[in-house]
Amino acid sequence: MTQYRGLDKPKGRGFFLFWKAMFVAAMLALVAFFWVASSSVEYIWRWNRVPQYFWVNEAADVRAEAEGDVTIIDRQGNEQRVVVRDASGEEHPHMLPGEGTVLVSTGDFAYRGDVLGRYQLNKPGILLEGLWITLEVSVLAIIGGIVIGVVTGLCRISINPMLRWGSIAYIEIIRGSPLLVQIFLWYFVVGTLINALLEHVGLGGISPLWYGVMALALFTGAYVAEIVRAGIQSVHRGQMEAARSLGMSYAQAMRKVILPQAFRRIMPPLAGQFISLIKDSSLLGVIAIRELTKATREVVTTSLQPFELWIVCAVLYLVLTFTLSLFVQYLERRAIR
Amino acid sequence: MINATNVHKFFYTPDRLHALRGVSLSVAPAEVVVIIGPSGSGKSTFLRCLNRLEYADEGSILIEGRDILDPDCEINEVRAEVGMVFQSFNLFPHLTVLENLTLAQTTVRKRGKAEAEKKGMELLRKVGIAEKHSVYPDQLSGGQQQRVAIARALAMDPKAMLFDEPTSALDPEMVGEVLDVMKNLAREGMTMVVVTHEMGFAREVADRVVFMDQGSILEVGSPDRFFTAPEHDRTKLFLSQIL
Ligand SMILES: Nc1ncnc2c1ncn2[C@@H]1O[C@H](COP(=O)(O)OP(=O)(O)OP(=O)(O)O)[C@@H](O)[C@H]1O
Ligand SMILES: [Mg+2]
Repeated sequence: MTQYRGLDKPKGRGFFLFWKAMFVAAMLALVAFFWVASSSVEYIWRWNRVPQYFWVNEAADVRAEAEGDVTIIDRQGNEQRVVVRDASGEEHPHMLPGEGTVLVSTGDFAYRGDVLGRYQLNKPGILLEGLWITLEVSVLAIIGGIVIGVVTGLCRISINPMLRWGSIAYIEIIRGSPLLVQIFLWYFVVGTLINALLEHVGLGGISPLWYGVMALALFTGAYVAEIVRAGIQSVHRGQMEAARSLGMSYAQAMRKVILPQAFRRIMPPLAGQFISLIKDSSLLGVIAIRELTKATREVVTTSLQPFELWIVCAVLYLVLTFTLSLFVQYLERRAIR
Repeated sequence: MINATNVHKFFYTPDRLHALRGVSLSVAPAEVVVIIGPSGSGKSTFLRCLNRLEYADEGSILIEGRDILDPDCEINEVRAEVGMVFQSFNLFPHLTVLENLTLAQTTVRKRGKAEAEKKGMELLRKVGIAEKHSVYPDQLSGGQQQRVAIARALAMDPKAMLFDEPTSALDPEMVGEVLDVMKNLAREGMTMVVVTHEMGFAREVADRVVFMDQGSILEVGSPDRFFTAPEHDRTKLFLSQIL
């Protein structure tokens, strides 16, 4: 362990140089292996086709949806409008963005399908959208998981049998069953019921995304609860006694003395749990949430470039998880005591 | 001030242990009582019963007339009036020295931040470590930590103080500084119950010395009588071993 370097014979500079070099060599060997492997498979690599799924930047046409004279061309706020009046006198407005170019003038006759205007489409591609959904779902589920986990962890060590047994049952059931099944149950059973009830009272249904977040938060909460419990119990009992002997209530002592100390210790296991959560969010594709994995799968079926896209997908997950790791390390360093 | 009558305490981990066998002790205001006795005789257990860190199983314990064994007793109010100092200091490691002193003042006594800090600094000056107010406890020596712990308890303006072997975890050269703080407290008229092996302190400061053995009080007396003419053989043996 790095902290205890002084306990053994001091290592010379050569030792560190040698092993750093070995590390670099091992990395290069790994890259070389994959290079050779990738060039030996019967596969045409087309990395240049990947960027279009990140950002769409292409010309798009606005085509006439009816046949008739172009009667009006004007601006409506940020957009431009081209109105086509058909033989029966009905007006058909066509909108295109303000910076697009209108290719017809008033009085022209337009056939159905004629290009009326053209503009540059410039928006995030499906992969970026998927990445965003994954990020959104993960952040919400992490927040939910922390809240559920802390509450359950506290119930777990409560003397109230209802709270204690309730939390144990929750933890065991959630940890012991497959996440995929839980997601199905939340969406198709609980979700159907809740949406039916909401409709009954005249409210709109809840989108699948929220059921997904709920399933992930409850799943993570069970693990966080055990981590929190272990963290609380690792704080020396003298701390609780000192706080209580000053007249603080159980809740005050927990909030001001025990939990702050526990949280510093459970940061690393929590980070591991949240990294798992980010990857587990890939299961949400089964309830029609188009997160990163589902987005990738869709792109693969249209592009027929599976290798590139799955590699890109993995790298994007890595970016998310690594960012989280760095963030937690930063928090840990800030709260060093 | 403190009235304990016929206190019994059992532990059940794993078999039944009769840790206190009918202990009775009254402490008058401004009195200093020192409890001595061999290891495992129940000194800590008795002290911890006095602010209900351990719930006594039988008997009665009155603190300023309030029965703390009554389930309806507002125990947090009582504890705020009875300071406790532990052998292992138990300072809050995530808070600075001054924050250690202000936390309970603001949460329990509902004092404002400025008032609590003023009081805290006053007490730190009193125990002689005002200049360390913004460091964290692990940067202090054992003696300094214990003085902070005493100041932390005093910040609540307690009517009585309980000390459980406050110098046992300290290096010999630091024992003196902590005992000096305690002597000053006694001189100012604080009611104190002190478990200690420091016989010099007992002789100099105590109004009464209590000898406990195997969960009961064997002998109570003024320090003079206690150290020069102990009645029980068990007390004599103990004193001969320790002096
Ligand atoms: N929480 C506990 N659970 C079980 N047994 C306990 C507990 N606390 C104390 N005891 C037992 O009660 C008896 C009295 O312990 P206590 O700590 O009061 O002794 P003491 O006089 O303070 O000893 P020392 O001088 O070593 O501190 C001992 O036999 C001890 O093992
Ligand atoms: Mg003890």
